[in-house]
Amino acid sequence: MMFYVIRRILYAVPIALSVGLVCFMLVHIAPGDPVNAIVPPDAPQAVVEQVRRAYGLDKPLPVQFALWLGHVLQGDLGRSLATGRPVWEELRGAVANTLRLAVVASVLGFLIGAVLGGLSGVFRGRLIDRAATTVAVAGVSVPHYWLGMVLVITFSVTFNVLPAMGAGPDNAAGWGWDWAHIRHLILPSVTLAVIPAGIITRAIRGTVSEILGQEFIGTLRGKGLRGRTVAYHVVINAAPQVLAVMGLQLGYLMGGSILVETVFSWPGTGFLLNSAIFQRDIPVLQGTILVLAIFFVLVNLMVDLMQTVLDPRISRA
Amino acid sequence: MTAGAVSTLGSALVPPAAPVRGRGYWAGVARRLRRDPVTLGCATVLLLMMLVIVAAPLVAPFDPYQGSMARRLRPLGYAGHLLGTDELGRDMLTRLIYGGRLSWFLGITPVVLAFGIGGLLGVAAGFAGGWVNSLIMRVTDVFYAFPSVLLAVAISGALGAGIFNAILSLTLVFVPQIIRVAETVTTGVRTLDYVESARASGAGALTVVRVHVLPNVLGPIFVYATGLISVSMILASGLSFLGLGTRPPEPEWGLMLNTLRTAIYTQPVLTMLPGFCIFATSLCFNMVSDGLRSAMDVRG
Repeated sequence: MMFYVIRRILYAVPIALSVGLVCFMLVHIAPGDPVNAIVPPDAPQAVVEQVRRAYGLDKPLPVQFALWLGHVLQGDLGRSLATGRPVWEELRGAVANTLRLAVVASVLGFLIGAVLGGLSGVFRGRLIDRAATTVAVAGVSVPHYWLGMVLVITFSVTFNVLPAMGAGPDNAAGWGWDWAHIRHLILPSVTLAVIPAGIITRAIRGTVSEILGQEFIGTLRGKGLRGRTVAYHVVINAAPQVLAVMGLQLGYLMGGSILVETVFSWPGTGFLLNSAIFQRDIPVLQGTILVLAIFFVLVNLMVDLMQTVLDPRISRA
Repeated sequence: MTAGAVSTLGSALVPPAAPVRGRGYWAGVARRLRRDPVTLGCATVLLLMMLVIVAAPLVAPFDPYQGSMARRLRPLGYAGHLLGTDELGRDMLTRLIYGGRLSWFLGITPVVLAFGIGGLLGVAAGFAGGWVNSLIMRVTDVFYAFPSVLLAVAISGALGAGIFNAILSLTLVFVPQIIRVAETVTTGVRTLDYVESARASGAGALTVVRVHVLPNVLGPIFVYATGLISVSMILASGLSFLGLGTRPPEPEWGLMLNTLRTAIYTQPVLTMLPGFCIFATSLCFNMVSDGLRSAMDVRG
């Protein structure tokens, strides 16, 4: 198993590097001279030339990539065109906000998915199964940005019980786990939870009914174990696979919250990305995507390692 | 999710017994589909939508671009406007019908392209094995390392707004997913006995692929691709919603949803209509895809 773990960690290195390469190329696929993507349009020619040299943009692409990678590894993601502040400073608060939203949404999605998926796996083919699978299909089919608007219309406009936008009374500044802040978190996290809820329902339904169909369950029942004990065996057998699905969902939500954050003006990475796109602030765009993608690579790695620990069959395969 | 989808697809390989275009197999698929009212219902809805969209100039009651400042944001049923008017006084029903054209086009094109490109590369990787396989699959891994929404936003964001860029970025999102599925099923078929024996009896690589491999892998890849249409519709309209797809005054459901957002307090029902269209389409595509999967998956 140790061998597998080391090999898996080493495999993440080239992946992370390639992800960096794709992010690096974003500046170069942007139309126009890459320098113009980095310096403000009104900068004097001397500054343009200075930046061109400083970033090595007069050198061949592979050299440029090496230089850029060197900067990134030292935590230098460049400067925002819009504000002039280092990209990392812009990102720090946003990452925390998105992480908060994504974690709460994943937990919510997992709970809903576990209940629906568990029920429909156990009662496969019955009415309750059909109801749960319909909900799950609706969950993965709904455009979540629209669902967010529907929730705003219902709970903010019609009943006026929850705020429609922002992350707290003093928006950007500070976060506390008190009601004043949490009430801002409810609508966006429910909206974001719908997709993982649907996916986890499907995953758990499949896993549970597959395990229930295996011989050892019959054996357990045959030796007289009660439902609760059998359920325990189902859970520990389903856990590795379900955890993997859920871990990946957390990664997807981190990267996929842009639409929901836009709807709710949630001051996270998605909101940052959206304004970066509008202002053609390529350094912020690049930095945000790099951080989110690396986070996703790490989540993938953790999920694989955790699965190996929980389910030793994987490393032998 | 993907892993689960792949494993169910893997089992789809076993059924249609022989490489012979088993008439019995497709007759069976058709029979199972006929007994599935949900799938048939959704397919009918999609077909109707497609007819209306194609015949837009004939069925739409008004001009999609012609508005009037005097009758902006009118409620449903106002003066001949069955679904009201939008923020520029244009007829909503007309805009929704015309919007379907772009939304469908933006949603389906990337999947079709990805089916062609990804299918080709995936079958090549699975059939050739060796370094060809490693090369294709390792590059695929890199694109897999991005959450799909993020990758689409990153590429369109860097390239700038526009229909072409949106389609390009979505195609790049789906190609790796289809490559993976195609590679998995092809690898599964390649090692089966009848393929081995075809090779042993001297059939050339192209013949083996054409006669023995393709008929058995296209089905699963196709079913997987139909499942992607739903995601693609949501993402494509999402890109337009962010201002990365089509531009005003072009009617497109995601863009309409965005421009109507300002009216959320005054005309809530109106603002929900374009999103509902996306939802209905994506839901139907999902249901049809699920129905096809179980109809084609004999031992599923």
